[in-house]
Amino acid sequence: MADLRLDDSVMTTRLDSVVNWARKNSLWPLPFGTACCAIEFMSMMASRYDFSRFGAEALRFSPRQSDMLLVLGTVTNKQAPVLRQIYAQMAEPKWVVAVGVCASSGGMYRTYATLQGIDRVVPVDVYVPGCPPRPETMIYGVMELQKKISRESLSMRKEHIERFYASLARQEELQKARGLSSYQVVREMVLEAGAQGEQQIW
Amino acid sequence: MVIERIEAKLPGAILDRHAFRGDATITVSGPRFLEVVDFIFAEGFQLLLDVTAVDQGPAAGSGGACGETPEYRFEVVYHLLNLVNQERLRIKVPVADGASQPSLTGRFKSADWAEREVYDLFGIPFEGHPNLTRLLMWEDFPGHPLRKDFPLDGGDVFCSQDIGASFDPEARSLNA
Repeated sequence: MADLRLDDSVMTTRLDSVVNWARKNSLWPLPFGTACCAIEFMSMMASRYDFSRFGAEALRFSPRQSDMLLVLGTVTNKQAPVLRQIYAQMAEPKWVVAVGVCASSGGMYRTYATLQGIDRVVPVDVYVPGCPPRPETMIYGVMELQKKISRESLSMRKEHIERFYASLARQEELQKARGLSSYQVVREMVLEAGAQGEQQIW
Repeated sequence: MVIERIEAKLPGAILDRHAFRGDATITVSGPRFLEVVDFIFAEGFQLLLDVTAVDQGPAAGSGGACGETPEYRFEVVYHLLNLVNQERLRIKVPVADGASQPSLTGRFKSADWAEREVYDLFGIPFEGHPNLTRLLMWEDFPGHPLRKDFPLDGGDVFCSQDIGASFDPEARSLNA
């Protein structure tokens, strides 16, 4: 039997690094495709750009089974509560990538119908510019997200997510108290936050 | 031409007409609208392609200088196709602010959603519609967004930030 030396088989590191290494290389994307960015996303997943090289191969269309929300396209005010619910349903820890200018800022749609950036209603980790962004750009965005994940501490996201759940509870409360639809409640929360000079409702 | 046949059969129903290379258009007075629809339905115009509307501005109907402000605020526009000879016809009906328009859902199934859309975006009620609710915006949405006096950004503070493009009826140009 060969000599076994301790430093050949044991490595010391921080728990954060190991867990984050696993997390960043096994992202499970959930595509929230609403516009042309979703078409570019198909190309990103297909063989030419091959997104599975980054460990995010297992695409899931159920929020319960995924931890990276890719918002691909324009989100209207009517869709804002849907997006919030989908984000709330995702497995923790969860990350959000706003793909394209519409998801990032409303883009060219400065109208009554369009949410001026999804970061008004859900926390966003990475913004990918472009209209639509090329598949390389989206891949770069996810690589930036991987870098961000590797820098996180395990407890860091707790506070982040608590704030979101608190805003969700407030939304339900307002809805019950005022008898409005979820669309109108989210809309009014966004407008109220904006009037107070805040950028988001969560 | 169908316009001549309508004029022969229902004299006085057509207020205004226009036809150029197949874009036959007539303006029909509100009270005689259903008569005209009944007649052209029998003629073969059995496909209602679209219902839409035009808002001529909140000042329309309030008098003003002759020929400058239209007499009625809204114009409801119907696009029809004759399935027998592929002839097309556009019917415009002037509707005053606050007035309603008879629903065509009894005649054309396709009128259902199209009329709901016009109701949603312009606030023109359709009398006799089986389910006149909003189609695109949510139920408690305030206002009717395609009306000229609805602000482009709907009062959204994030829309109006750092941009001079919010709707101002005095200055009719963007970035004024």
